[in-house]
Amino acid sequence: MLVCGAEPGREPTDEEMAPALAWTTEMTDRGVRESGHRLGPAASATTVRVRDGQLLLSDGPFAETYEQVLGYDLLECANLDEAIEVASRHPAARWGSVEVRPVWTA
Amino acid sequence: MDGLTSAALSGAFRGEWGRVVAFLIRMTGDWDLAEECAQHAVARAVERWPRDGVPANPGAWLTTTARNRALNVLRHRGTEAAALPDLAARAAAREAAAGDADADPFPDERLRLIFTCCHPALPLEGRVALTLRTLAGLTTAEIARAFLVSETAMAQRLVRTKRKIRAAAIPYRVPPAHLLAERTGGVLGVLYLLFTEGYAATAGPVTLRPDLCAEAIHLARMLTRLMPDEPEALGLLALLLLQHSRRAARTDQAGDLVALYDQDRTRWDRADIADGLTLLDTALAHGSPGPYQTQAAIAACHALAPDAAATDWARIAALYARLIDLEPTPVVRLNHAVAVAMAEGPAAGLRLLDELAGSPQLAGYHLFPATRADLLRRLDRHPEAAVAYRQALAQARTDPERRYLARRLTESLESSPRA
Repeated sequence: MLVCGAEPGREPTDEEMAPALAWTTEMTDRGVRESGHRLGPAASATTVRVRDGQLLLSDGPFAETYEQVLGYDLLECANLDEAIEVASRHPAARWGSVEVRPVWTA
Repeated sequence: MDGLTSAALSGAFRGEWGRVVAFLIRMTGDWDLAEECAQHAVARAVERWPRDGVPANPGAWLTTTARNRALNVLRHRGTEAAALPDLAARAAAREAAAGDADADPFPDERLRLIFTCCHPALPLEGRVALTLRTLAGLTTAEIARAFLVSETAMAQRLVRTKRKIRAAAIPYRVPPAHLLAERTGGVLGVLYLLFTEGYAATAGPVTLRPDLCAEAIHLARMLTRLMPDEPEALGLLALLLLQHSRRAARTDQAGDLVALYDQDRTRWDRADIADGLTLLDTALAHGSPGPYQTQAAIAACHALAPDAAATDWARIAALYARLIDLEPTPVVRLNHAVAVAMAEGPAAGLRLLDELAGSPQLAGYHLFPATRADLLRRLDRHPEAAVAYRQALAQARTDPERRYLARRLTESLESSPRA
């Protein structure tokens, strides 16, 4: 689950983020959240690409025009409906957005 | 093969396809395998039935054949071998639990299938396509034709949709109680979209694609049987039948649209109307009106009016006002304005319509300027009507609509004072 902000370049306020702590505790206790972290500010990001064998670095998040990724949580859910329910209760779902995606399986 | 057998064959295939596929997905968890096995069973039937006769229960025959094929494939694959006795045991347990000797040995899993196909996490086009493929049994080529895309593109759309179901772990189930109302709305929405795509094709040279309408009605009827206590499912089916009853009168010989009040009502399908009205009464008896029942009640007002002049527009306007409470969308408000214009005069309708001007959801929606143009014309404000007809013409997407608007534009220009 990727937690995203509402506008590029704006970090959420402490007030906006405060309910995330209760969510983290609840979902960890429920056993659906395995781990997760809030990320540092978008300005601290470095984007890495390799094109034609050349290393290309750029300052900032990979998609600066898009909503920035604020953090991630690794969930273990029975199915998508449960993942949607858990995501919809994260505070960022109300002022930003939350992307739910399965982890890569070969 | 004689004609009778051929008809019995296609009837059995179309009627049973969804049940066979739904059961096989439940049994194997593999959508592609389920379709492949259903296809195999159909091929077997085409080969056997003309020779041996159509079995007493064609559906059970097809399901058994498909199931055996699936068991063989899975056994052959080996990987799932350990799970097989369990699957067989579970199927047997279900049969035993059913108790009743007349009970179908293959439980009807189509409700799981339709809720999964219409899951809101799937792209809308994928929901429609997958429902037509797995439940209605249309071929990929038929669905591609219906939506005017290439067969390759449609095949890719189906593959992508099935892949998302698997990758995102969309559960194969009827949603639990707390999600049921919302998800049922989603299923009804997909069926209504399917119908409206056939009823007012959004692109292309023709306005009507009655095959899509018939499929939507078929699926909506199936849903009312699977969810007999859901009044909105009954309401949707009633709405579709009442709208579909007008199909023969909706276009003239050139294929041009005929407005509701100009339609030859003797060409409306009385059987569809009777069916729709009965279903609507049954739905309303639940005492839980919703948007589809309300829209069906509006369609019933038209169906019951002996001629256009006798239409109870005051009642229709009141029903639209109720619909605005349920679904406050600009399109519903637009229709409310039209009904008010009929009940109280074009000036009252125009006032409501002008409140909607600038609504982003109506941007590019040709019926907004087209309706405004019609009201201005009725108020003899011909130069303004001509401007609005021109806007509508630029936004209309089908040829018959463009011809209708072009005709009205010419009339407005002819009625305008010379500058």
